[in-house]
This record gives sequence, structure tokens and C-alpha cells, in this order.
Amino acid sequence: MIAIIDYDAGNLTSVARALGFLGQKYVITRRKEEILAADRVIFPGVGAAASAMESLNRYGLDLVLKRVLDSGRPLLGICLGTQIITGFSEEGHIPCLNLIPGRVKAFSREMRDEAGKALKIPHMGWNQVRVTQAHPVLADIGEEDAFYFVHGYYPEPADPAHVLAETDYGITFASAMGFGNLVATQFHPEKSGRPGLRLLDNFCRWEGKP
Amino acid sequence: MKSAMSKRIIPCLDVREGKTTKGVKFENNVDIGDPVEMARHYYETGADELVFYDITASHEKRGIMIDVVRRVAETIFIPFSVGGGIASVADMREVLLAGAEKVSVNSAAIKNPRLISEGAEAFGSQCVVVGMDVKRVEKSEKIPSGYEMVIHGGRTFTGIDALFWAEEVTRLGAGEICLNSIDADGTKDGYELTLTAMIAEAVPIPVIASGGGGVPVHLADVLTSGRADAALIASMVHYGDYTIPEIKEYLHGAGIAVRRRW
Repeated sequence: MIAIIDYDAGNLTSVARALGFLGQKYVITRRKEEILAADRVIFPGVGAAASAMESLNRYGLDLVLKRVLDSGRPLLGICLGTQIITGFSEEGHIPCLNLIPGRVKAFSREMRDEAGKALKIPHMGWNQVRVTQAHPVLADIGEEDAFYFVHGYYPEPADPAHVLAETDYGITFASAMGFGNLVATQFHPEKSGRPGLRLLDNFCRWEGKP
Repeated sequence: MKSAMSKRIIPCLDVREGKTTKGVKFENNVDIGDPVEMARHYYETGADELVFYDITASHEKRGIMIDVVRRVAETIFIPFSVGGGIASVADMREVLLAGAEKVSVNSAAIKNPRLISEGAEAFGSQCVVVGMDVKRVEKSEKIPSGYEMVIHGGRTFTGIDALFWAEEVTRLGAGEICLNSIDADGTKDGYELTLTAMIAEAVPIPVIASGGGGVPVHLADVLTSGRADAALIASMVHYGDYTIPEIKEYLHGAGIAVRRRW
């Protein structure tokens, strides 16, 4: 059983539909017992960091997530979920869960493409993900595979050893990061066609060790 | 710094009472007229996103579209947007809960611009696409850009300048603009490059070009000199003239970054 954490932050059903397509059993929940009883946990999210943190704290899920991480069971963060497991977000300038050391920064409005034109923000659309550290969850992800992104802020892990993959958009940022039983992606695997489904399938089979 | 960001190719499906309105001639004879099967076909052949327009006239039959959205969401794993008849935040919520990533608002936003800000507030800007139907007119004091917003499929002029409106919807929180040239629509003579470049240069949000695509070079033009971030296609793929892989191979050959594995 996979627990998808429900904290009023965006469209959780798209992750659920992708898991359903892969033949996985899941539950969308904010109940502590259900989350702690699951074999693995997905922490998705779309929206603003501040209201997400407020919901997490109100539901007591901040501590539950910490326990999931400590328990060694596989934990996957997606998009906003990936951002708020860091220590701090520039979006709203708020402290976050600090499950992984680092912070979330805003894309600069000054970023330019090769032709000198301003890059659009948010970074929305398909972009390449360059795996920099082999990992079971990122297995069989090729250089030509693109993933779907929608975000105006990006995570910056404090420890370069926590970077699993990089993406270029004006700057180079960590599009996947993790350590131990944690993997977190800035892109949306549930909306990235077959490569995304492969990543989710990898996560569903992963033992939680790098 | 380079950006490997791909330009998006987006098939657009018009749906009336649960059936697509344009005939389809796929080589493998998939179910003609079923939007879910068409969505699956385009998903499997490399569409980067899909757009559905509900042109069901009767409000009572809108539930049929919600069912289509739900079934599409179980079938394809790329983003898709739904437009047509979205007039309130409640309409937006219904479509998003059924599984669409984005909602597209058009004439309702002209009548009530707050719909854009309320939608962006409730669901995030990334969910709100503003559709703009535009016609070329004489430049005037009222329409300084020479492009005017129209509604009712181009039959009614609104007196709103298209460039002004693009900046206004951006300010209100739109996440993306789908820019449809009524002059180019259906001609297969190419996208309206002047209009597209003007809007795409003016706003910081992505612009999807729509109307006029007939052959792959039209897409190459609008994605380069037209400065569009994405191109909508309809009849050029619905009638089997081109496949998405053919279009993408052409664009790749023309040096345009596109997603080539799916």
C-alpha cells in the first residue's frame, strides 16, 4: 500500500491515477496511522509554500513525514513536496520541514536564453533531466528523456552529494535530489508520459536504499 | 546559459456532447469520434499536451464533458487543458477535479476579468490559460496594436486591444495565453506571425500559437520568428495529413528543441 499525503495542496488525483495505471494499491490520506502503516509514501503538491506549510502543521503531518523518513520506508517528494522538505523557502520566506538540508530559491527574472531573450517564468513545459548520480529510482532514464515541469522556484540542496539529477533553465538546478530512503523530484513524473511512469514504477519497487 | 526546454506541440480536440467533431483518419483505424481514444492515440505518438474545447451548446449536457475529462485523465499521463463554457470558479474546479491540469477561459474572462484572478488565487496561475480570439483591424486610437479581441467565433468585436488584453490577463494572474488568430484559423496558410511575436515579446508568460497550421514549416516559423512557446495543431493531424512524429522530426531537423522520446 502506498500512501499519498493529502494536505489541501493541489491535484493529488493525477498521482493516484498514475499509480492505478501501474496496478499499485494506494490511499489518499492525511491520517497518521494510515501513513505510518503504508509500505511507501508519496508527498506531492502544487501551489504556494506558505499555505502548504500551514496545512501540514495544522494536520500534524510535519512530524509524520519526519517519522516516515526515520523509519527507512521509501519516500518520494514531487514538485512542491520536494521544495518544502528543504529547510527554507524564498517563496513567502518561511522555514520548511528541513528533512534535507538546503533551501528553495526563486528563478531570477534576469535569466536570458542563448539569443538574449528573457526566459519565461514559471519554468513550464518539458525539459531534460541529466542524471548525475545513479539511483534505483532513476534507473533507465536516458539523456533524451524529457519530464514535465511547472515551477517558479527551485530547490538547492546544501550538500552536493544529495543532487541526483540536474536540469538547465537559465541556471543549472537540482531537478532530483535525495539520500537514504528519500527521493524528491522537482518535475511531475505523473505527467511526464512513459519516462515518468517508469520512474514511478521504479519507486514502487525500490527498497529504500540508494 | 543554455536551456534545453522543448517547444510544445499540442493537438486540439473539439468535443460536442462527448464526441469529437472533426473526423479522424488514423492509419490504424482507431475509434472515430471518441475523444478518449483520440487522446490515447496522440499521447502514444508524442503529443506534449492536449487541449479539449467543449462546444456542447446545452448547459444541461455539460456533465458529459466532465465524464470525458475523467476518462482522459485515466488514460493519458501528460498535461491537458479543457476550455469552452467555463464561466465560474465552480466550473474550473469541476474540470480540475475531474483530472485536467489546466482550464482555459475565453469570452467569460472578457465579460468578467476577475474570473482570471479568482481562478489563479484558488488553483494557482499554472492552472489558468486565457484563450484569446483576435482579428486584425485598422490601427486606431482605441486599437493601437491593430489587433482586436473578438468573441462569438469572430462575429462580435469587443473594442479591446489584443496587446492591452494580453498584458492585462498577465497582470490578473493568467499562467499562459492561447492566442488564436481568427484571420488565420482554418486557412492552413500558416500562423499569424506578426501577432504572435508581438504578444509573445510583450508578456512574460508562455504563449501558445493557434490557427493556420497546415504544414510543418508553419510550426517552425511560429516557434522561431513568431516567438511562440508552443503550437496548437488540429486538422493537419486529425485528417492524417501528418503525424506528430513527422512534425517533430521536421522541427528537430530545423534546429528546434522538441521532445523526441515518449
